[in-house]
Amino acid sequence: MSQVSDPSLVVQKLQMHKKSALELRNVNIFYTDNKAVNDVSFNIRRNKITAIIGPSGCGKSTLLRSLNRMNDFVEGARVEGELIFGEENLYSNDVDAVEVRRRIGMVFQKPNPFPKSIYNNIAWGPLINGYQDSTDELVERSLKQAALWDEVKDRLHESALNLSGGQQQRLCIARALAMEPEVLLMDEPCSALDPISTSRIEDLLFELKSRYTIVIVTHNMQQAARISDYTAFMEMGDLIEFNVTKKIFTRPAMKRTEEYVTGRFG
Amino acid sequence: MPFSSEQESRHLAHRHRKAKIFALFCAAITWSCVLLLGVLLYQVSIDGFKWLDWQFISSFPSRFPERAGIKSALVGTIWLISLVAVFSIPVGVSTALYLEEFAGRGKLAKIIEVNIANLAGVPSIVYGILGLAIFVRYFALERSLVSGALTMSLLILPVIIIASREAIKTVPLSIRNAAYSLGATKWQTTWSHVLPASFPGIMTGVILALSRAIGETAPLIMIGALTFVAFLPEGPMDSFTAMPIQIYNWVSRPQQDFHELAAAGIIVLLAVLLIMNATAIFIRNKTERRLK
Repeated sequence: MSQVSDPSLVVQKLQMHKKSALELRNVNIFYTDNKAVNDVSFNIRRNKITAIIGPSGCGKSTLLRSLNRMNDFVEGARVEGELIFGEENLYSNDVDAVEVRRRIGMVFQKPNPFPKSIYNNIAWGPLINGYQDSTDELVERSLKQAALWDEVKDRLHESALNLSGGQQQRLCIARALAMEPEVLLMDEPCSALDPISTSRIEDLLFELKSRYTIVIVTHNMQQAARISDYTAFMEMGDLIEFNVTKKIFTRPAMKRTEEYVTGRFG
Repeated sequence: MPFSSEQESRHLAHRHRKAKIFALFCAAITWSCVLLLGVLLYQVSIDGFKWLDWQFISSFPSRFPERAGIKSALVGTIWLISLVAVFSIPVGVSTALYLEEFAGRGKLAKIIEVNIANLAGVPSIVYGILGLAIFVRYFALERSLVSGALTMSLLILPVIIIASREAIKTVPLSIRNAAYSLGATKWQTTWSHVLPASFPGIMTGVILALSRAIGETAPLIMIGALTFVAFLPEGPMDSFTAMPIQIYNWVSRPQQDFHELAAAGIIVLLAVLLIMNATAIFIRNKTERRLK
């Protein structure tokens, strides 16, 4: 037994125990000349749900989309500052955006299943990324994780577009989970759904938390209060306050936060 | 108490009447076009139907009207259109994909875009001259099917490109986002999602373009397709004739019988066109249903 252990193993161990999945350091985001996000810094904790709340146009969706480089597709969008994922800055030159999106998944505001079968919706992502094992098993596991298996197991080869809105959104979650992402980003995933579908997805997030790090942007403050462990409150591109959710909703440090969460504005 | 005052209901009745008149106006224009087409078809059928038999379809052209047929022209047209499809669809769709998905919004892309739009309006005889200079003479492809097909492809490429671009544009951003968020590259997203979703629209453009190509005469005359062919082309390098040329040839003869042969030829041409379009529409509808 040697005293000196493999340095890369040490790094891996450090990462495993590192509490933050993502660290934002002085992040600024611009659309051509407009600044949409202004000098935001906070840490996203591993295996917790972090909610980003704030009034419309405060930059919360922009910030979320920068976390897996979906902003790359927006013309004129530019990110400054550091977004540390593991040991690396997501925006450094030697990081491949495709690889980032494989490891940091995303669920969008409106359910957007592919116009393919339920089965192929799930299997496509892993297959194009070189998945070798049986996709049958993977599809079943992902659908079970997204609490959709029982409803669709007899019609896996039917079109995903025949599902209801709530089912479609859970399918999109299953599709993202099939990639076994380290972080799951959700951009107002319940805003197009009815209350029953919404509560099913909230239950689902609770269960997923033990295995995944989740960042959720939401319009709905009750939802943020119900499901998240940490909350970031944004306004006009600034991060006003970041704290444990309980604190944000009971004893916020800033007056603006208090006004927002108690519904006095926004 | 009436639902609305008398003045209001009079005003409403007036608006309804206006809507009805406009609908009638549009219907009248539509039906007058259909009627015109009907008259043309009727005229052609009257002249041509009595010549239309198996003998006509299976015979080579002849000096004697009762022995003349459209065989070589029919086979030539089928060869020509197949080759045009093989050349123009891959090039047209690739160009559209490049311009929509990969070229970005730079100056060069803009210049290409404007040029393609302009090319769609260039008279077909000009393409014929171009084909004569480039394919027949410069590349020494002679007066062959390949020369004709390449010239025709040039002619219809703008139509295919423009229609394909429109089809690609209608693919919703949300589908692309979904693919990208799963770690797909641009190529994987384009190939697996954008292209299948825009396939029905692309097919529509291809149908329109090939329908135009099948009836074009001027460029083929320019590049020197033959008018009196008593053999079938056996390969793409053979010389050929096509139905519009055969029809043109018959129409320009003095004898009445040949004029009626031309009408029969038109009926065959229309039948080929209809079969081709029906097949394409069938394929399109099938894929459309699969996507839903």
